[in-house]
Amino acid sequence: MSTHAMRSIPKFAAVLLLLFAVGCHKNKPPVVRPVPPPPPPTSTTPAERPPAPPEPVREPTIVPSEPVAEDKIASASLDDLNRNSPLKPVFFALDRDELTPENLKTLDEDAAVLKKYPTWTVTIEGHCDERGTAEYNLALGERRAVAARAYLVSLGISADRLRTVSYGKEFPFDPGHDEAAWAKNRRAHFVVTAK
Amino acid sequence: MMIKTSLTAAAVALALIAIPRADQPPPAAPPQQPSDISTTISGEAGAPPRLAVPDFIAVSKDAESVAIAKTIGQVLRDDLEFEREFSFIPKDVMATVPAATSMNDVPFDRWRELNADGVIVGTVEKTAGGVRVTMRLFNVRTRQSAYGREYNGSNARLIAHTISDEVHKTQRALEGVARSKITFSSDRDGERMTGTVLERDVKEIYIADYDGENQKRVTVGRTLNITPRWSPDARSIAYTSYRRGEPQIFVSHIYQGTLDELTKGAGSGQNWLPAWSPDGQRICFGSTRGGGPSQLYVMNKDGSGLKRLTNDKWVNTTPTWSPSGNQIAFVSDRTGNPQIYIINADGVGAPQRISTAESYADKPSWSPPPYNEIAYTARTGPGNDIKIIDMATRQVRQITFGEGTNESPTWAANGRHFAFMSTRSGKSQIFTIDRLGKGLKQITKIGNNQQPDWSR
Repeated sequence: MSTHAMRSIPKFAAVLLLLFAVGCHKNKPPVVRPVPPPPPPTSTTPAERPPAPPEPVREPTIVPSEPVAEDKIASASLDDLNRNSPLKPVFFALDRDELTPENLKTLDEDAAVLKKYPTWTVTIEGHCDERGTAEYNLALGERRAVAARAYLVSLGISADRLRTVSYGKEFPFDPGHDEAAWAKNRRAHFVVTAK
Repeated sequence: MMIKTSLTAAAVALALIAIPRADQPPPAAPPQQPSDISTTISGEAGAPPRLAVPDFIAVSKDAESVAIAKTIGQVLRDDLEFEREFSFIPKDVMATVPAATSMNDVPFDRWRELNADGVIVGTVEKTAGGVRVTMRLFNVRTRQSAYGREYNGSNARLIAHTISDEVHKTQRALEGVARSKITFSSDRDGERMTGTVLERDVKEIYIADYDGENQKRVTVGRTLNITPRWSPDARSIAYTSYRRGEPQIFVSHIYQGTLDELTKGAGSGQNWLPAWSPDGQRICFGSTRGGGPSQLYVMNKDGSGLKRLTNDKWVNTTPTWSPSGNQIAFVSDRTGNPQIYIINADGVGAPQRISTAESYADKPSWSPPPYNEIAYTARTGPGNDIKIIDMATRQVRQITFGEGTNESPTWAANGRHFAFMSTRSGKSQIFTIDRLGKGLKQITKIGNNQQPDWSR
């Protein structure tokens, strides 16, 4: 009985995961396919069509001087948003948590995004590469997340909107074992948690 | 619901394998043998005693008894070889000696010809609840029992581990670790975190026997669970869990199926790397609750009585207690990179730096008596290696030499071996090795496994 209960958990989990995977799939943006153009208007308008009603009295429509694009960022789901985030991560040198001039430029742009969407709250994740030890990397990841957060706060972003969490080296973005992979994994990464 | 079911199941399974120990009546000794058992067998001058450990004798011939008899012999040999207190008649040589059918026809002459000092003979008989195992360690010269006992149960491995610990204790005055366990964090289930926008594997806390057998999952948090540490009574595991989003310290009481959430609430910050005091009453850990980088705190095992130990602007993390409980070794990056320091457990006094030969050192583990050593992870190249510092002489010896990366040493209760994580076989796996670097043994093989902790 006990063995059966323990064995059934992985199966149950597998089913859950499968459902989750299917659910995720639905959330992904659909593949863009060319849409066939509408048929050209023809002169064979049905004769029985009633005459147009008189034009209502109204003010002219204001036409903006620039075309209004749909704000895809504002309308995206959190999952989609974070999959293709407008908030760019910043990358660090080995063992370091100091922000480079390039980091500051990236964070300036991130601050502009956060000002444009003032309702967003964000978790800043601190990550490390595999060369550091699992234990110390927890503290180092936090140092990195805090460095990014402090700079954003100095630019006027409310501290209440910026949570930090360190994952040490538990969630590498690139599983490789070379400098190219390590460089990607030493980062402060932004995740939008509410909008 | 799932947590409760699986933990209850685990508790039931563990209750079933419990075997009576102290309350077992002493075995009735055959008349020619003294009932005053537990004399010691010695080897040739200066050499360890040489033992023969043939398979146990299945007195009842049912399949279960036969299988248990075979398993006990094999596991007992492995357990005894692990501590290297004895030498052994090789298995192929033992096969040339006719097997005994009972305690009364042990071929002492043959064992004597093979220069055995002792022979362990055991019988397995079917009972209503499992099997009764009778074991004798005979002195081959005197043909008298040096130690003997009876065991009831059905878990062959646990019976063998118990025999091994008792033989080591009575014959060599050594506290064996054959019944100890190793806990670690593993991603082997391949499950993904729920509620995350990114594809990430969960890590769960597992336990295994010291020899890698009997691996069991003890958390079902479906999240990141890392840095497990056994309570000194080996009935609870403290660990770092992200189940609330931020890392927090939880304690799973693995035989009761209950969970304590020790750090929580507004302003608790991030909390990690719990370490039990040797008396099991307190837990030291790293926390960002002060607003700056990780600092060391101590709390009671129920989360009450919080006390801050360090108060500076550097990272202070990865604590471990001295065996006496008077001091704590930890890691600080006050010189730019992590190094190992010691403070008094009450936080009074300046930290004393211990690691001086490394550019980067982390995860101190303080060995129990009779040794006074700290094992740690040192950066030696692109990867890390395990080194050990003798606290009396401050001499450092290196145990691993760039075979993959090696991290997170943790001592066995008798200080003779330690477990650690290594990538030498590909993925991250748990290994054990002795304190001088011999006897490497791979404990895990499935998935990635990390941050071991060896029970007392």
